[in-house]
Amino acid sequence: MQRIVLIAVPYFWLVALFLVPFLIVLKISLSDPALAIPPYAPTLDLAAGWQGFLEFLRALDLDNFVFLTEDDLYWKAYWSSLKIAFTATFITLLVGYPIAYAMARSAPEWRPTLLMLVILPFWTSFLIRVYAWMGILSSEGVLNQALMWLGLISDPLTILNTNIAVYIGIVYTYLPFMILPIYSGLERMDDSLIEAAEDLGASKLGAFWLVTFPLSVQGVIAGCFLVFIPTIGEFVIPSLLGGSETLMIGKVLWEEFFNNRDWPVASAVAIILLLILVIPIILFQRNEQKAREADQ
Amino acid sequence: MRRFSRFNAVSLTLGFAFLYLPMLILVIYSFNSNKLVTVWAGFSTKWYGELFQNEAFLDAAWVTLRVAVISSTLATILGTMAAYALVRAGRFSGRTLFSGMIYAPLVMPEVITGLSLLLLFIGIGLDRGVFTIILAHTTFSMAFVSVVVSSRLVSFDRSLEEAALDLGATPFDAFRLVTLPIIAPAVISGWLLAFTLSLDDLVIASFTSGPSATTLPIKIFSAVRLGVSPEINALSTIMIGLVTVGVITASLVSKNTALRHERDAKAAERT
Repeated sequence: MQRIVLIAVPYFWLVALFLVPFLIVLKISLSDPALAIPPYAPTLDLAAGWQGFLEFLRALDLDNFVFLTEDDLYWKAYWSSLKIAFTATFITLLVGYPIAYAMARSAPEWRPTLLMLVILPFWTSFLIRVYAWMGILSSEGVLNQALMWLGLISDPLTILNTNIAVYIGIVYTYLPFMILPIYSGLERMDDSLIEAAEDLGASKLGAFWLVTFPLSVQGVIAGCFLVFIPTIGEFVIPSLLGGSETLMIGKVLWEEFFNNRDWPVASAVAIILLLILVIPIILFQRNEQKAREADQ
Repeated sequence: MRRFSRFNAVSLTLGFAFLYLPMLILVIYSFNSNKLVTVWAGFSTKWYGELFQNEAFLDAAWVTLRVAVISSTLATILGTMAAYALVRAGRFSGRTLFSGMIYAPLVMPEVITGLSLLLLFIGIGLDRGVFTIILAHTTFSMAFVSVVVSSRLVSFDRSLEEAALDLGATPFDAFRLVTLPIIAPAVISGWLLAFTLSLDDLVIASFTSGPSATTLPIKIFSAVRLGVSPEINALSTIMIGLVTVGVITASLVSKNTALRHERDAKAAERT
């Protein structure tokens, strides 16, 4: 009896508020836009019975998806989201790896404090952390003032509202997600392995490349996925730091829905975004599975 | 002991400077008296004063806090139940779908979660407001709670529970007296995580809120869309301050508890 309640309550909640909404998106993506409330057709008429249901099914089509393939904007948006996510992930790895490495090499009594310092920004509002960069990167911002004061530049650089600002924002906000898995891999590593490699004649760099890095690969892969997956659908960073050149699919979806009020196309954009995400998510799970098996 | 190289020291210094300087700059400029945010004109706390005069911000803060407390509590209850069902209930029909639905919100882009819930609320004719934001936040944050709680459930020794049952406890008593105290730290961190996620969420709240309810992130977002504002700097400083105090307190408390456990364990060994 208790077991049934335990399963049924969260089950029912998730079906009602996760599965059903998702099916609604799927259904609307197959409908046509209409000048009505709600702004799409067909709507399911339960009173018409089975016949009505068949009519309803017949009226669904893939027109919105065809529309997406024909309009350049969407291709470009998907492509540039992937490109931005990929580049940003790579930069985050370059920035995060040395930090994770230095943390793992620091004295053990320092590690909990360093770890807390990495996690602390995660508890701070995401929106505020992105906003902080607006004041730094704008043309009268702190960075330009500092560079001009140092005499490095004579005219302010335009950084805010470009893709560079978007990269900075992504690296900044997702850095803890990269550092933590790499650190936890490196921390468990046995120092004597490196000493052995060096005793056997490997250079410092050689020992790193041949011993340390392969042992941290699992953490690197996990960190990359943890940055890559949420970045593709990112909305806040491109809309606050990006400019007109920044085309990201999360922002396109938002505008399609709120500004153009085209629900069917917004739903179709969402479905394709999910299809794109399925691949990295499956790869990520496989990596986690492998890590678990290696642990046992 | 390996020597801590200069390279590592430089990486740590630059890394933490990168993580903390932007927030530090934000805090410093919140005390700038100039209306032009980037031009320093002397120390002042006037923006804090104006912030507390601003009814719209105070209302939004109150809505946000209510949503966060209620949704994180609901998410903790549902998420703990879900974790328990996944780890302990054995096989049941539809288990694969169940675990899929629990973990999917973790990787679902916020814009899609928001869009789909909005379409549901419109479809069933539910007026959007505080209630719908609570439903939405509970749904996406219960996934995070279940992950945290189930990892704790997997690692704990099941024979403790079985012993309680053998000694005549009802399943509910066994849960209340044995399981709950053991998984309590995970449940608490799950609640804190859900609470923070709810406080922080802009995208899902924008989709699921109506004109009657505006949360703080929605308010902040619309205020900063066109540029930096001194009032938002002050508000951000307050929020950063609260989080810092909260996290440091939490870590000190958990450190003390760990020390006490260690002492107790040692004392138990001696007797």
